[in-house]
Amino acid sequence: MIYREAGEFKTSYAADQGLLTIPMDRWFVIGLVLFAFIGMPLVGDEYWLGSIMIPVLILAIAAMGLNILTGYAGQLSLGTGAFMAAGAYMAYKVATNLSFLPVPVAILAGGGFSAMIGVLFGIPSLRIKGFYLAVATLAAQFFLLWLFTHVDWFVNYNLSGVPAIADYHLFVDWGPLVTGAQASVEARYLFVLVFAVFLALAARNMARCKIGRSWMAIRDMDIAAEIIGIRPLHTKLSAFAISSFYCGVAGALWAFCFINNVEPGAYEIERSFQILFMIIIGGLGSILGSFLGAAFIFLLPITLSQLPGWLGLDVPADVITHLEFMVMGVLIIFFLIVEPHGLARLWQIAKEKLRRWPFPY
Amino acid sequence: MKFGKLGLLAASAAMTVVSTAALAAEQYIPSLVYRTGPYASGGVPLADGYADYFHLINERDGGVNGVKFKVEECETGYKTDRGVECYDRTKENATIYNPWSTGITYALIDKVTADKIPFLSMGYGRTSAADGRVFEYIFNFPSTYWNQATAIVQYIANELGGTDQLKGKRIGYIYLDHPYGKEPIPTMDILAEKFGFTYDKYPVAPKSMTEQKSIWLQIRKTKPDYVIMWGWGAMNATAVKEATNIRFDMSKFIGNWWSAGEDTAIPSGDKAKGYRAATFHGVGKDAPVFGDLQQHIVDKGMASGDGSKIGLVLYNRGFANAAYVVEAVRKAQEKFGNRVMTGEEVRWGLENLDLTEERLAELGLTGLVPPTKVTCENHEGLSPAIKIQEWNGSGYEVITDWIPAMTQVTRPLIEQDAAAYAAEKGITPRSCN
Amino acid sequence: MEALNALFVTPFVEIFDAPWFFMEVLTGGLMAGVMYSLVALGFVLIFKASGVFNFAQGVMVLFAALNFVGLMDAGVPMILAGIITIAIMVAVAFAIERFVLRPLVNQEHIILFMATIGVAYFLEGVGEMIWGTDVRPLNVGIPDDVFFVGDAMIQQSDLFAAVVAGFLVVVLALFFHYTRTGRALRAVADDHQAALSIGIPLNHIWVIVWSVAGFVALVTGIMWGSKLGVQFSLSVIALKALPVLILGGFTSIPGAIVGGLIIGAGEKVAEVYWGGFFGGAIEEWFAYILALAFLFFRPQGLFGEKIIERV
Repeated sequence: MIYREAGEFKTSYAADQGLLTIPMDRWFVIGLVLFAFIGMPLVGDEYWLGSIMIPVLILAIAAMGLNILTGYAGQLSLGTGAFMAAGAYMAYKVATNLSFLPVPVAILAGGGFSAMIGVLFGIPSLRIKGFYLAVATLAAQFFLLWLFTHVDWFVNYNLSGVPAIADYHLFVDWGPLVTGAQASVEARYLFVLVFAVFLALAARNMARCKIGRSWMAIRDMDIAAEIIGIRPLHTKLSAFAISSFYCGVAGALWAFCFINNVEPGAYEIERSFQILFMIIIGGLGSILGSFLGAAFIFLLPITLSQLPGWLGLDVPADVITHLEFMVMGVLIIFFLIVEPHGLARLWQIAKEKLRRWPFPY
Repeated sequence: MKFGKLGLLAASAAMTVVSTAALAAEQYIPSLVYRTGPYASGGVPLADGYADYFHLINERDGGVNGVKFKVEECETGYKTDRGVECYDRTKENATIYNPWSTGITYALIDKVTADKIPFLSMGYGRTSAADGRVFEYIFNFPSTYWNQATAIVQYIANELGGTDQLKGKRIGYIYLDHPYGKEPIPTMDILAEKFGFTYDKYPVAPKSMTEQKSIWLQIRKTKPDYVIMWGWGAMNATAVKEATNIRFDMSKFIGNWWSAGEDTAIPSGDKAKGYRAATFHGVGKDAPVFGDLQQHIVDKGMASGDGSKIGLVLYNRGFANAAYVVEAVRKAQEKFGNRVMTGEEVRWGLENLDLTEERLAELGLTGLVPPTKVTCENHEGLSPAIKIQEWNGSGYEVITDWIPAMTQVTRPLIEQDAAAYAAEKGITPRSCN
Repeated sequence: MEALNALFVTPFVEIFDAPWFFMEVLTGGLMAGVMYSLVALGFVLIFKASGVFNFAQGVMVLFAALNFVGLMDAGVPMILAGIITIAIMVAVAFAIERFVLRPLVNQEHIILFMATIGVAYFLEGVGEMIWGTDVRPLNVGIPDDVFFVGDAMIQQSDLFAAVVAGFLVVVLALFFHYTRTGRALRAVADDHQAALSIGIPLNHIWVIVWSVAGFVALVTGIMWGSKLGVQFSLSVIALKALPVLILGGFTSIPGAIVGGLIIGAGEKVAEVYWGGFFGGAIEEWFAYILALAFLFFRPQGLFGEKIIERV
């Protein structure tokens, strides 16, 4: 009863092709985005915006990137961290050496560089499949990080090797500060949010137009897709490029808006696994799932580590972390057993339930 | 699309209330620790020592001038994002931060400065933070990596009989291939040129730090006169093990102070006898303060962790760190009155810290904590120096007196790097006069 | 020109200049490779029998070694500690079969792979909760001396590891070929459904194969642990086993051994002779790039089964 899709009639082709054809969905999403833009900065304090929402949104962008590659195009990748690093290092280079460019351009340039690297490491996917490909992407992970830490050019010959990100305004000298510690947390949050919303919109649209459909065809059976005229080379490499672009932007935002420096430790193999968890738990091949998964995986350990405090129990920090590991492991398995299609599928089920409520048959 | 937020918000109210539970009458000490993960063997003793000293002050003296300390640990697992989260969660009323991690240090440098909370990265983190004009809130006394490198070279020179003897010598430098391990390289370059020795660089890949065979085979071939190591975590123990495997003379193998933990040498046991490492504080349980610790903390069953780490090298390091913090608070109270100090006031205390031998004797810290004097300009202390400790098969013994660093070599580098940082960030260095 | 020289001439000159040293690097690399092989072996066993890409193998190594060394430190004699640890690993295998594999039957490979990551998290938490995070030295009396062949120095402990690995492979080969269970395992590996239809209980087979993998993990853990002390980093070596796997092929036991040897020797030789040119620490990625290069020519690995695709 609450959620209804019946009784909606479309009177134009444009309406038929809308992103969210059901008014309820549409209003819900618009409301949510509005809330994220207006309500959240008003109610959220520095802790919530600065160290929860910002990283979750950034990781959600990276998860969308990996979801495009793994969820839509079916190419398993364990190199997400390295593509993020590519974006971060290049964005830093552009921001410092071409300082007449506004910082959003630098971040997009980082994404672009990452896309090129992604294409390069995507070439093996034409011949290698499945887990073999996953291990091949590990080569990207280790080689790229090694490259960025060994070629001093990437860090402007910085003595410490960990260059700090300066405080940048939105447009060179104009607008609010959006990066660095001096920038207000609301500004940084909104800056990241704009990227997240636009990239999500773009991903959602890509997924339902020709390019997305050819990705899915390749994923479901590449030989069959080839026979019906989809070019594997073009399709797989475009998936790698766009996926890496998303990851690169995420990596750059991580450096610019979250930890304020370009540190290789932030892009190590653990990051790649973390983002893989996100898309599996969130739901493969779902943009919504990328957000849900990112929030879940990022918040779970933090919540678990604070739970005893809320309950007033005094448990040593190490025991909590060990428990956290165990609970995390159990939850991953539990989710896979109960709902292998992830949180996004649970959301679907919830909608179904709402439609029938209160008269389920 | 982001409905997860609703849930977050609901939880947010509860979270903020609990996380800032520090009572107003207590000096709140958030402790960013890593008792788990790949570096836990180092993180546990550090965290234990840090907490125990505060508890000792609370139990024995009733705090500093009646102000007790409240230590709250937040587990980071050595991960930068968890460190930032811990910081944001605990920063309200926080006295000081010391995350024991290079990555977290770099991430927090700007944040603590903006939030006006002092930051003591004791012997790690960003070396150029020693320039207090640029890094107002960051301290790294009693010594930095660059000064440590010069002091180790000085030690080698002393052993050879003077710096002129370094000429033509060959040194191997094994380091973790990470910004941390690469930090001393500019200093080593300068020293090599200045004293006429050569050195070979042997980076150890961070994700395969237990694989050092190729490095030690090369060392076996090149036969360096000395090997210096800049390691951390599992890399240390592996290096010592491989060194014993190729029968390298352990007394010519010198680790830095992060390669100085017991876990570095224990797996090799007796074979590692003679292995040396730098330290900037005392080892063992000889300092008088340990008697008090036994009486007030251990016997009452209040020791952190299982109490088994007391007296270990890294335990003492955490202990010494806490001692500095306590003294900085005490110093600040002299100026601002006997109440809970704010971050800014503690910063003043740190900047005016002057721990003399006499004062350390009063505190029972003789031989454990080095005398230190910090100024506005110089945040690494005026007399950076190290001692060398030797592994005797079951524990470390200090074998030298303080070996001063060559600050005339490192200071210009520090100022140069700090200036570059200031230029990049658009900071105007403050004047210290 | 200079770069070409450093890449293609100098290293070979160095090799011919000091052949004993090259010998040493090569044997050192091969011995390191044996260690990789041991980890890879555990992967292959499980992948063959259940098609699961078991990410938890590295943590199983750590978990087994932690239990073993923990029991030994508690005063349990070595043999008994070994037996108890094996019993624990069998129990773990039972639990994994019952609570992870059985509910996930017929799921996609990637889901099973993720589930093993969950297992890895869980085991790591349990192991460290019980036994702590200290580095624990392990001494099971493996000879730890060196001897010389010509000028080349060889570690007895390395040789011992090689002997153990060889022995393990022979035992496994005999087990697979001559026991009833072993034949059942091979049948399952060849064709799940055919094996089911002739009455081989799949669930039992899984328990057995995970137990065997647990046993291999224990042996690996003891070998690595007596080298480095039992510590967290043992679980990280699992990553190095991955290029070994793709080089050798996921389904081949000889592949795991040969792959390990190639990777071990290759990366040591590369690091010693070419590392300087690249600025060092190329061991970090060399194995992966080498494996990647191999894959271009044989996408299924050296000994892997040919992938046949049909529409």
